[in-house]
Amino acid sequence: MIKKMKLRDIAGSTEHLTCGHRLCTGCAEPVIVRQVLHAAENPVVVANATGCLEVATTIYPYTAWKVPWIHSAFENTAATISGVESAYRALKRKGKIDKKINFIAFAGDGGTYDIGLQSLSGALERGHAFLYVCLDNEAYMNTGIQRSSSTPRGSWTTTTPVGEKIVGKPEYKKDITEIIAAHGIPYVAQTAPSHWMDLMTKVKKALKVEGPTFINVSSPCPRGWRSEPEESMRLSRLAVETCYWPLYEVENGVWKINLKPKKKPIEEYLAPQKRFAHLLKPQNKHIVEDLQRRVDERWETLQWKAEVSQQRSQQKQQQQTSANPTSQ
Amino acid sequence: MTQTVTQKIMALNGAEAIAEAMRQINPDVVASYPITPQTIIVERFSEFVADGLVDTEFVAAESEHSALSASIGAAAAGGRSMTATSSQGFALMWEMLYIAAGMRLPIVMAVANRALSGPINIHCDHSDSMGGRDSGWIQLYSENVQEAYDNTIQAIKIGEHQNVRLPVMVCMDGFTTSHAVERIDVLDDNAVKKFVGEYHIDHPLLDVDQAVTYGPLALPEYYFEIKMQQIEAMTNAKPVIEQVSKAYGSISGRSYGLVEPYNMEKAELAIVILGSTAGTAKSLLDDLNDPRLGLLKIRTFRPFPTEEIAANLRKCKAVAVLDRAASFGSIGGPVFSEVRAALYDEPKRPQIVNYIYGLGGRDTTTDMLKTVYDDLDTVAKTGKPDPVQRFLGLRDD
Ligand SMILES: Cc1ncc(C[n+]2csc(CCOP(=O)(O)OP(=O)(O)O)c2C)c(N)n1
Repeated sequence: MIKKMKLRDIAGSTEHLTCGHRLCTGCAEPVIVRQVLHAAENPVVVANATGCLEVATTIYPYTAWKVPWIHSAFENTAATISGVESAYRALKRKGKIDKKINFIAFAGDGGTYDIGLQSLSGALERGHAFLYVCLDNEAYMNTGIQRSSSTPRGSWTTTTPVGEKIVGKPEYKKDITEIIAAHGIPYVAQTAPSHWMDLMTKVKKALKVEGPTFINVSSPCPRGWRSEPEESMRLSRLAVETCYWPLYEVENGVWKINLKPKKKPIEEYLAPQKRFAHLLKPQNKHIVEDLQRRVDERWETLQWKAEVSQQRSQQKQQQQTSANPTSQ
Repeated sequence: MTQTVTQKIMALNGAEAIAEAMRQINPDVVASYPITPQTIIVERFSEFVADGLVDTEFVAAESEHSALSASIGAAAAGGRSMTATSSQGFALMWEMLYIAAGMRLPIVMAVANRALSGPINIHCDHSDSMGGRDSGWIQLYSENVQEAYDNTIQAIKIGEHQNVRLPVMVCMDGFTTSHAVERIDVLDDNAVKKFVGEYHIDHPLLDVDQAVTYGPLALPEYYFEIKMQQIEAMTNAKPVIEQVSKAYGSISGRSYGLVEPYNMEKAELAIVILGSTAGTAKSLLDDLNDPRLGLLKIRTFRPFPTEEIAANLRKCKAVAVLDRAASFGSIGGPVFSEVRAALYDEPKRPQIVNYIYGLGGRDTTTDMLKTVYDDLDTVAKTGKPDPVQRFLGLRDD
């Protein structure tokens, strides 16, 4: 069992990502990274994909990282960390290293949903012991807010402008969390920095697993979302409360919803973000309705998955106990 | 003469010989992806892993891009790491080639040279590794199976040398060498183990008490100096390659320099080649037994042995540089351009021509090479190198 985190536990622990980095005001990425690293109990080695977090924290000759850190390219963080972890296993077997080390990869949605999907899928399938954290700000922010497959339908980006004929991104957001869950890895979760206790508990859980784990974190981006910097944590919370970004986990094939909010309408989440400003015009009402429909559908599916998988797991447990009563 | 160690005679093809060298090196991590004609290397090596003959973590990556990325992670972590590829796999790795070198990670990669698509073709030419010649990797080209084996072991020592710390490619001709069984001398396991020693890097990622940042962003104020250090490392590599070659010679009896002159003492007409076709040329020269004809084999293409090439060719009347890769729209193939440049400062330069040969595995016979020497004779007599670029073994139908 993972003990729930207390604020007190965090307050005294060392900062592994120091101040002085050049991420924007209101960017959720450093907040998430600090929460992740605070939750880690063992020493960690971090791999980072090209993107905002990487460029803004390691401007040579400075570094904001107090833990070992490696960046090699954009699409290959999972492959890079899989090599680090393989060397660790080899050196441990040879008795050249004895410490327990956790391996964590950070990448944006572009580096995860799109260009890095293959290397991520490969590393998960190979079973390397690492935690992959996707910082999902729903576009390629580092190159100036271009659409990714994570960008939600209707959103403005610099490559899905709001035009006369096409209004923002026509396609839906890809559901990467479910795609990763389909790999059948031991632990997959979705969380948000506004719910720091949920986030940190999930990290702790993931780091206890001897295998690949994945956590998708919603990461508000004031520049790209065209929102006020001080609104980031409120947006993060709204994403959860509208069920746009459900907090859930898939542990050994069992889906569990960690928070069932009283669902707020999607407009409450869209309104403070100017990337959606055009959607609030009457002629684009159908897009908002469509987004709401999709949120509702996905929320329903998620609840169904949780119910069915939990029932099945209980049945299995019962079968096992009746077939093998002494194993209690 | 120093005492060499006992060696075992084995019948191996080039790919198996490299796998055998890798078994003896016993790296911490091997990450790779199948592609003809390299595949045999990783197949054999996986058998060694499955039979517990090595301590290596084998990463069966889902692409060559990931294979090299994992090799980079492993080498930075503090593990000795090796990989292998060919052709399209090499092309897919291209982005990571520069990064491996820029991060100064002494990864050793076997390249079974194969033509690049399109059209797709599985046979040998050098367009894959020639495309990576400016990526910051040391490049050793092997003439035969024995050299492929010997170069693999030496590559570890060269790349990991404190003054070098660069990745190394060990190239061999696809099929011609990778799939041809030859009789070779294989060193004793312990001799290889002692020769390569322990892998050491100064700041491994896995030293969690001394956190380091690998692969930061370096802007205009610093990037240039980092590249300058790579340029210097390449310069440093030249004497190191020769030292390692000598040291290897003292245990194996086989020593290779940066270049290998063959019948060059009195040669007036010389061919410059790298790879297996050098062997074809040697055979021709043995048959012809003509002191006017010589061969200069380039073993080390990166760092480029400018002085050694000039010293060997300066007395010739005419030189033909054979390139097994086209450089579309250039004055000649990559080897030609550089050999010609190496001769620029000579007070008396030989006439020099370029032959593009063997693309996509086109066979190059002794008869064809004989025509090159005949052509050179004409070039020497007329003093005219036209045309500068020629093509050997093209179909005429
Ligand atoms: C192979 C390759 N293609 C494109 C780029 C350019 N590039 C660098 S960062 C980036 C976007 C990163 O977006 P994301 O992964 O979502 O992370 P964010 O910056 O938004 O945190 C792109 C397109 C690159 N570095 N490498």
